[in-house]
Amino acid sequence: MRHGRWRFLLGALVPALVLHVVFVLSPYAQAFYLSLTDWTGVAGQASFVGADNYVRLGGDTLFLDAVRNNLVLLAVFPLVTIAIGLFLASMLRQSSSRLGAGYRIVYFFPQLLSLVVVAVLWSFVYNPNTGLLNSGLRAVGLGGLARSWLAEPSFALLSVAAVLVWSSVGFYVVLFSAAIEGIPAELFEAAKLDGAGRWAMFFRVTLPLVRESVQVAFVYLGIAALDAFAVVQIMTVGPGGPDGATEVIGLSLYRTAFSYGKFGYASAMGVALFFATLTLAVLALRSGRRERLELA
Amino acid sequence: MNPESQLRPYPTRRTLLRTAVTAAVAVPALAGCVTSSSDSPSAVSEGAEKTADNPLGVKADAPLEVVVFKGGYGDDYAVQAEKAYTGKYPQAKVDHKGLQKVGEAMQPRFVAGTPPDVVDNTGAGRLDIATLVGASQVNDLADLLDAPSLDQPGKKVRDTLLPGVVEDGTFAGRTVALNFTYTVWGVWYSKSFFASRGWTFPTSWAEMLTLSAEIRKAGVAPWTYQGKYPEYINDPLLSMAAKAGGTDLIKAVDNLQPGAWKQEGLVQAATAFAELAGRGFLMSGSEALSHTEAQAAWCQRKAAFIPCGSWLESEQKGVAPAGFDMVMGAVPALGPGKLPVSAVQAASSESFLVPAKAKNAAGGKEYLRLLFSKGSATAFAKANSTLPSVAGATDGLTLSSGLGSVRDAVTAAGTDTFTYRFRTWYAPLAKAVDDATGELVNKRLSPADWSTRIQKAADALAKDSTITKYER
Repeated sequence: MRHGRWRFLLGALVPALVLHVVFVLSPYAQAFYLSLTDWTGVAGQASFVGADNYVRLGGDTLFLDAVRNNLVLLAVFPLVTIAIGLFLASMLRQSSSRLGAGYRIVYFFPQLLSLVVVAVLWSFVYNPNTGLLNSGLRAVGLGGLARSWLAEPSFALLSVAAVLVWSSVGFYVVLFSAAIEGIPAELFEAAKLDGAGRWAMFFRVTLPLVRESVQVAFVYLGIAALDAFAVVQIMTVGPGGPDGATEVIGLSLYRTAFSYGKFGYASAMGVALFFATLTLAVLALRSGRRERLELA
Repeated sequence: MNPESQLRPYPTRRTLLRTAVTAAVAVPALAGCVTSSSDSPSAVSEGAEKTADNPLGVKADAPLEVVVFKGGYGDDYAVQAEKAYTGKYPQAKVDHKGLQKVGEAMQPRFVAGTPPDVVDNTGAGRLDIATLVGASQVNDLADLLDAPSLDQPGKKVRDTLLPGVVEDGTFAGRTVALNFTYTVWGVWYSKSFFASRGWTFPTSWAEMLTLSAEIRKAGVAPWTYQGKYPEYINDPLLSMAAKAGGTDLIKAVDNLQPGAWKQEGLVQAATAFAELAGRGFLMSGSEALSHTEAQAAWCQRKAAFIPCGSWLESEQKGVAPAGFDMVMGAVPALGPGKLPVSAVQAASSESFLVPAKAKNAAGGKEYLRLLFSKGSATAFAKANSTLPSVAGATDGLTLSSGLGSVRDAVTAAGTDTFTYRFRTWYAPLAKAVDDATGELVNKRLSPADWSTRIQKAADALAKDSTITKYER
């Protein structure tokens, strides 16, 4: 009997494990190895160069631009998305249930579109001469605010960040709504009886009780902020411009590998990004655990 | 229950360390895949005897695999040449693949040492040719160039090509790629639009500025450009510099000579384009427009001039209104320079190569001999209104307005065609130049800083020992 059970377990696990090793672990391991070589991507061989690629990273101004931009995105994009998501979700709780359900579906729409489609649509919106944004500003007499959104260094990255927020906020509205619905109604009633206003209710009741969802959202959005490749590649001048203003690590990596034929160096960028993402996830998860214990 | 285990944050230091150790042990075991193929010569089949009819020694029954980029020109022209191949060698089985992402599909096959016999390495995502050369993945085409032309008796293949085509495919003295189409860069305008307003295309930059002022007074933007991709405005700038400084200027740039980007011709050309931007002669918003958006605005007569290569006419098919009659003019010169005004920047593209490890390399070269015959090139020109790189292929054909003007420009230039090689040799330098020029024409960078900045990038590249250097 016991023997048969093991056989069953192995039969169920091994195929999945093999797939995981071949298609997930092995590529990671190969990237680690390649980051220590000068592989060109087309040669059958690569020679070992030690940590040279990592030393180069420190002096690569375009890569440092990319790191800076990803950090800006990391500081702005998750916070804004979560703030808007929480705001809309707590508003939905207070609206009538049918209207709320309708809104929730509408908010979710951008999530149904591929990010590529979103980026293409928004590059039309940002068109300086015929785009929706500038035309709208001119129509209401604010033509002075019209800009070449994607071609001015001070606005390009923020314009990209706005698209990222727009495309992801709906998902978090739904996530936070579900979390808020999980809060027992007595708590809100009790708070109301104690004379709590809307702000107090939000900061003292809602927010502490959905904290765990917020932590998870931080991890997901943080990872997305460290990526942002697709939107930048499709929308921006250059891409990555003007003059590096919207360069992100993923784009540097892609260009280094596929346009410059330096897969070894590109792998080093990938490994650096891997550790950045891992650190972020570990930090967010650790603080997340502590919060839950405090509440319990 | 064990309360202690709950208190411990996850992941703990210990689990992290354990994972790290496991990973460190596993990495060497998992890593050795990508680059494991050996460099040993693959089993290249012996060619047959070389005869007058079979100058490359093709084995009549060896199969041939051809991979072609199926983009704007389709792949019918390549299929026709394959039919000619099977007509000549009926026993050979020809395997044809028309792809959009040639690089993605071919990269693993180059790495594994099993590439096809002919690759048309073209399109977005093509493999970097300099990288392929550096990795010794391409075949020397010298014997093809010296083979007799298929349909021009008494001429070698080498002598049937337009000026510059052989050089374009030459790296460190070896010709490894043959480009099938011939691209000329210039400044485009609508003949009918200009005729109706009484404007004439200028030959000097001073005239260009005068005319631009006049055009603006008429309520039309003098220039637009494909701002999302600043390399488009780079081309007329570098052309202007080349006309001032001649081939010496170009060679200094391509050979990464110290101070090359500080040469007078380049600084003057940068100043000229800074002035174009400074006087407001660029259509506002151009800096953020993609090539399709800018070219559409130009076709709607919102702007008079646009810089582009000779592919513009076929790209604007269906966008340009009837009777638009687009024409390409040579970039105006700053003053009397080392090259005449009629000189044009011209380079060939649609790059065909025979991989070093091709199983049927002789067959691959024979295929190219068929493809680069005059008959095949003429058929291509007819179908795609594009100039092929075979000389005289468009003789006697009735050409559209744009293609006709391109052919006239090539004829007028004669041997005075030029091209910069740094774009293909050193992709990172090309990026630095594009970025700087984008800033220059948006008035965020002065001409002097423009040249300083690019010079710095060129110097850094010259010092970088990981990049293969070329000379011309």
